[in-house]
Amino acid sequence: MNIIVLAKHAPDPESEINVASDGKSVDERGLVFDINDWDRYAIEEAIRIKEEKGGEVVVVGVGSKCEDTLRKCLAMGADRAIKIPVDTSLDAYQTAEAIKEAIKDEKFDLILAGMMSQDLNNAQVGVLLAAMLDLPFATAVSVISSIEDNSLTVARELEGGYNEEVTLPTPCLITVQSGINEPRYVSIMGIKRAKTKEMKEVSVSPTTSTLEVEKMYLPPVKKAEMIEGDPSEIANKLIEILKDRGLI
Amino acid sequence: MMRVFVIAEHRMGELNPISIEMLNLANALKGDGTSEAVVIGKDINAYAEELAKYADVVWKIEDNSLENYNPELYIDVLMQLFANNKPDVVLIGNTSCGSEYAPYLAVKLNAPIATDVVAVNATDGMKVSRYLFQGKLMTDLKLKDAETYVLTIRQGVFKEGVEVNGEIKDAGIKPSKEPARKFVQYIEPEVGEVDISQAEVIVAVGRGIDDESNIELAEELAELLGGVVAGSRPVIDNGWLPKDRQVGISGKIVKPKLYLALGISGAFQHVMGMKDSELIIAVNKDPEAPIFGVAHYGIVGDIFEVFPELVEKLNEMKG
Ligand SMILES: Cc1cc2nc3c(=O)[nH]c(=O)nc-3n(C[C@H](O)[C@H](O)[C@H](O)COP(=O)(O)OP(=O)(O)OC[C@H]3O[C@@H](n4cnc5c(N)ncnc54)[C@H](O)[C@@H]3O)c2cc1C
Ligand SMILES: Cc1cc2nc3c(=O)[nH]c(=O)nc-3n(C[C@H](O)[C@H](O)[C@H](O)COP(=O)(O)OP(=O)(O)OC[C@H]3O[C@@H](n4cnc5c(N)ncnc54)[C@H](O)[C@@H]3O)c2cc1C
Repeated sequence: MNIIVLAKHAPDPESEINVASDGKSVDERGLVFDINDWDRYAIEEAIRIKEEKGGEVVVVGVGSKCEDTLRKCLAMGADRAIKIPVDTSLDAYQTAEAIKEAIKDEKFDLILAGMMSQDLNNAQVGVLLAAMLDLPFATAVSVISSIEDNSLTVARELEGGYNEEVTLPTPCLITVQSGINEPRYVSIMGIKRAKTKEMKEVSVSPTTSTLEVEKMYLPPVKKAEMIEGDPSEIANKLIEILKDRGLI
Repeated sequence: MMRVFVIAEHRMGELNPISIEMLNLANALKGDGTSEAVVIGKDINAYAEELAKYADVVWKIEDNSLENYNPELYIDVLMQLFANNKPDVVLIGNTSCGSEYAPYLAVKLNAPIATDVVAVNATDGMKVSRYLFQGKLMTDLKLKDAETYVLTIRQGVFKEGVEVNGEIKDAGIKPSKEPARKFVQYIEPEVGEVDISQAEVIVAVGRGIDDESNIELAEELAELLGGVVAGSRPVIDNGWLPKDRQVGISGKIVKPKLYLALGISGAFQHVMGMKDSELIIAVNKDPEAPIFGVAHYGIVGDIFEVFPELVEKLNEMKG
């Protein structure tokens, strides 16, 4: 089974997030980039399928700085990478268009994407690409339960702990939910091997953007009453509150 | 004259409240235009009647093959409806199913799309607000001028509205094809030994707990308080707690008397599962963590410093 995985090089939400001086973007200085968390699960799933069924895993990244993430995927076990170098930030439509263009000569049975990015949380690129390629699709997949020659059975996550099981013919596109597997760590051997693997650059000219950022800011929040002091004082205050409420 | 369409959502016999919330938004946006709900399924009369209270028009699209949600069939029938009824705005719930088919529909309608939207201003083009970084930042976006926009709407935001008592119409539309993707069955949540939705005290741990071995600390605290341990999604994804202990939109909704949130950032999907708790106390080392927006009391600090002290004092009290 030949699989294409989409992996975004994305800022970690736990890094320092500040609005840049233009008031319209995130200040890059405090940001630590890594593979988008959901895409870690996607690449792991692809490698597991390959290990079981054979075939090839090709990882695709959009962005001029996405190389680290692509290398990481190669080190985990992907066979080759396609880098689409673009400097400007693209919107989800443009990102999907660029990927469509870059993979037009690839033969694949399955495209795996993350369900959403950890920075912009749009959850769009995978499905947009499915629509552009007219592929059957399923999002928020929590289990791929069987892989037949021409079809897949998957469970996709609904609300409240429910899932729905569906079947899809291949080729198709799936976006994965976190927790679908336990992603492996990158080994030293893997990193060595990755150096010899193909990383192809494919340039595409972006289509026009469908949106404009007017403003970026810290969200207004109603603040909790803060308890301050050293740990012992805090513990005492907590116990007081719990006593007042009859909880202890 | 603006036509704002709302695609209703229902599953297993229940209309999702997001459907009405979106109609509230549609009524606020429509100006002298119309709010029009679309309900797709089998045996949908009761939904149509409920929706008609809040919509100027309800379109029924009914067929046996539409009994369970299928994105291909939804897009198929919606494109037929929209061929003769051009929408200015299409509102879809930012739910598991809504967020699945909305981007596909946007491509087919050649419409700009914004997802997980919490505010909309349509007076001068289409402007929306949404969160980034799981609630840590917010952004105002202007979508490119277009004939139709697709927006997915966050649940719980547009709760206020008025009744308009509109009419119900049968759209007379059937799916035009067999879908490639087939629905097989619903899979029920796993049932574990503890039902956290019934617990009076919950000690909830997040990624900030850092390691599986630290769950013990939470268990000790929970025991002292007569409660149970629950977790945010990453804790469950990592296998540190079983799935039935997950609080949130894809886990359980809890309303205990006390919810202690330890090292949980307060992402929307988590907050939806615990915001109605009677008393929420959050400990987080990040003063900007969104969890402090829902907590009654907050402590900025390291759980591993605050925690042991509290455990010790509670132990002393018990003697
Ligand atoms: C100037 C500018 C500023 C923007 N600022 C904002 C903003 O403030 N808020 C906002 O909501 N949108 C913004 N956008 C849009 C945003 O950049 C796009 O939505 C983004 O490129 C698409 O990625 P995503 O993070 O939304 O991906 P999602 O749709 O959330 O990602 C889903 C999956 O798609 C795949 N994927 C996504 N991006 C890539 C990639 N680059 N390479 C490989 N795979 C990928 C991954 O598998 C990922 O898991 C901006 C766009 C522009 C042009
Ligand atoms: C469709 C969908 C469904 C989802 N469903 C759910 C759901 O049901 N439930 C759920 O919880 N999530 C759900 N999520 C995930 C959600 O978006 C967040 O990713 C998740 O809630 C984050 O968990 P967290 O707060 O534990 O981790 P993080 O966001 O990583 O936060 C960890 C926090 O711990 C703090 N911290 C770290 N170390 C310490 C320390 N020593 N002392 C004090 N504080 C510390 C950090 O400052 C940070 O705020 C869902 C996501 C999607 C897309």
